[in-house]
Amino acid sequence: MDLVLVHLFPDLLNLYGDRGNLVTLRERARRRGIHVVVKEVRLEDDLPADGDLYVLGGGEDRQQALVARALQQHAGTLRAAVAGGAVVLAVCGGYQLLGHGYRAAEGQQLPGLGLLDVTTEHPGHRARRLVGNVVARCTLPGVGSLVGFENHGGRTRLGPGVQPLARVRVGFGNNGHDGTEGAWCGTVFGTYLHGPVLPKNPRLADHLLTLALRRRHGDVRLQPLDDRWEEAAHLAAAARAGLRLRR
Amino acid sequence: MIHAVSALRLAGAVAAAKAVAGATRVLRLGGGTVLPGRVARWLFPRVLEELTGALDPVVVVSGTNGKTTTARLVARALEVAGLKTVSNRAGANLQAGLVASVALASDLCGRPRAQAAVFEVDEATLPAVLPVLRPRVLVLTNLFRDQLDRYAEVERVAEGWRRAFARLGPTAVVCYNADDPQVADVARLAPAGLPFGIEDVSAGQGALEEAADVRFCYRCGVAYRYSVVFLSHAGHYACPVCGWSRPAPCVRAETVRLVGTSGAEVLLRWDGEGFVVRSGLPGLYNVYNLVASAAACRALGLPADVWRRAAESVRPAFGRGERLTWNGVALRILLVKNPAGFNEVLRLVVSEQPRSLLLAINDRTADGRDVSWLWDVDFERLQGLEAHVTVSGLRAEDMALRLKYAGWPEDRTTVERDLARALRRARDRTPAGGALFCLPTYTAMLELRRVLFRWGVVAPFWED
Ligand SMILES: [Zn+2]
Repeated sequence: MDLVLVHLFPDLLNLYGDRGNLVTLRERARRRGIHVVVKEVRLEDDLPADGDLYVLGGGEDRQQALVARALQQHAGTLRAAVAGGAVVLAVCGGYQLLGHGYRAAEGQQLPGLGLLDVTTEHPGHRARRLVGNVVARCTLPGVGSLVGFENHGGRTRLGPGVQPLARVRVGFGNNGHDGTEGAWCGTVFGTYLHGPVLPKNPRLADHLLTLALRRRHGDVRLQPLDDRWEEAAHLAAAARAGLRLRR
Repeated sequence: MIHAVSALRLAGAVAAAKAVAGATRVLRLGGGTVLPGRVARWLFPRVLEELTGALDPVVVVSGTNGKTTTARLVARALEVAGLKTVSNRAGANLQAGLVASVALASDLCGRPRAQAAVFEVDEATLPAVLPVLRPRVLVLTNLFRDQLDRYAEVERVAEGWRRAFARLGPTAVVCYNADDPQVADVARLAPAGLPFGIEDVSAGQGALEEAADVRFCYRCGVAYRYSVVFLSHAGHYACPVCGWSRPAPCVRAETVRLVGTSGAEVLLRWDGEGFVVRSGLPGLYNVYNLVASAAACRALGLPADVWRRAAESVRPAFGRGERLTWNGVALRILLVKNPAGFNEVLRLVVSEQPRSLLLAINDRTADGRDVSWLWDVDFERLQGLEAHVTVSGLRAEDMALRLKYAGWPEDRTTVERDLARALRRARDRTPAGGALFCLPTYTAMLELRRVLFRWGVVAPFWED
């Protein structure tokens, strides 16, 4: 079995250790004997159409504006890939760009890809940033709790076309008001969780891997891995957020 | 009689700061630099301006990494030149810490018992204190990703610096790291700039590290191209679009010879003069600190020989590689704060081939509450090392997991949350006469210091 991972703009969207998500997907696939090809896409590159799983991280404001423009050129390819069953995981800034658009603190409007029915607005630099540890209950079957660290100024509102990825137990989530964290629709996933999100949430990582493998390899079921350290880090992160979890 | 009233309020603020500092010491609250400063500022908001008004020269050092060591080097040079110098303590680099440091070094009328001052200032605090401190020399070391939960973005810190230059005095000199493209770009707005850097390309590592935060030309938004990289994104670079490139440094390290954890030998060129300095400060990052302090001394008009004598007399401080011995084991404690610094420390540690390592990761405010940054550190570099790694701290499990995904074998990793126990276990893994390397984040380092003090290995208070 083989898997094509596409890392979008690793040089621009690599704030907050987001490359850890790619490392996690790659290693968890390799441990199951799956042959992994990683393709990195930079600003001037074309977007590969054959990806099984596309990963976008978060970036600083300037970088995010650069990426927003570049993404518009890849919109057709990415939409076609998603229509063909490819999986997308986007974190923080990347998540915001998967929605309809992002209104920056200074009022500048960045276009989004419209792959998720969400809209993001930054209420201005005077509004508090939503920063801190997060524990949330994932809406995906079998995933359970999610842990991570959020740090965003933008407030994201979900439309009727998406489900929240999780319900917040500790933290702010999408906007600090409605108790939702992240969003998903079909095979497209967005979240504000850093940490990075996948190493300490191995069930979410495996959920994404399974979906991505099913695109070309039929009804794949991943064999379980020894996740003692992953689970220990998950529980420790929840404890730092003030919650004693049992898994 | 405004002055009389001010003088009275100043004296009150200084007395209060001293009293609070005394009380925290008696009550063993430790540190004792933040609260006295807060009280003094509350009593007299202009306290810092009044206390530092008579000091000359004032030198301010800011940047992500290297502040503490660079400030120590400059302060030592001023002392060698015969000027009594006041400094703030490592870590006490926000406004309250500055106030407390000067207040405690002043008499009860608020007259400083020193002529000169060298302050390390937190990079985000710099714009607020520049108009108050009115430094003769400002040293900018570098801008790396740091505690992202506090500052969000390097770009925003750089913006603050750009605005702050407008408030510098007309005769102030800005000594800046020419090898850091973002710092050099910011310094273009400075009234008078003095660039420093490393010339010796053999000290470089060829390509940008995988985890380096790439920097983009401020005007063109294009990534810089490098002919050599020294650490993180510091090196020799140029913008491929507008052609802007690294300014030629006035004070520069022409040849660099690193001697593991024992130090470095640097051929420094300062105007036409070239001379060799043998420093006890290890690692390439300390070469940057040496060159930065040399640039500051040149800007102050100190003779090169004064700087050299100072540089050769400064030993590594606690948490910066100070050489300690404990039960027949050489203990090396190296603070890790951010990906760039951690990568440099790892490079240094690997070159010494130790058999035992202790990584202590906390996530308190001073450490950075978001531990995501551990994934931007190249732990893959440890591969091939014949060592056992003990992980500790509030985020020991995160550290262990990061090591696992860096390919480090699980059976050579021990997780021990409690730092004192972890230290003992790591020592038990160290062969007699060997070295134990401890890499703590900031608050873990303070904890380590308390443990070692309890065991009689180190003195109670930090001195140089
Ligand atoms: Zn340019």
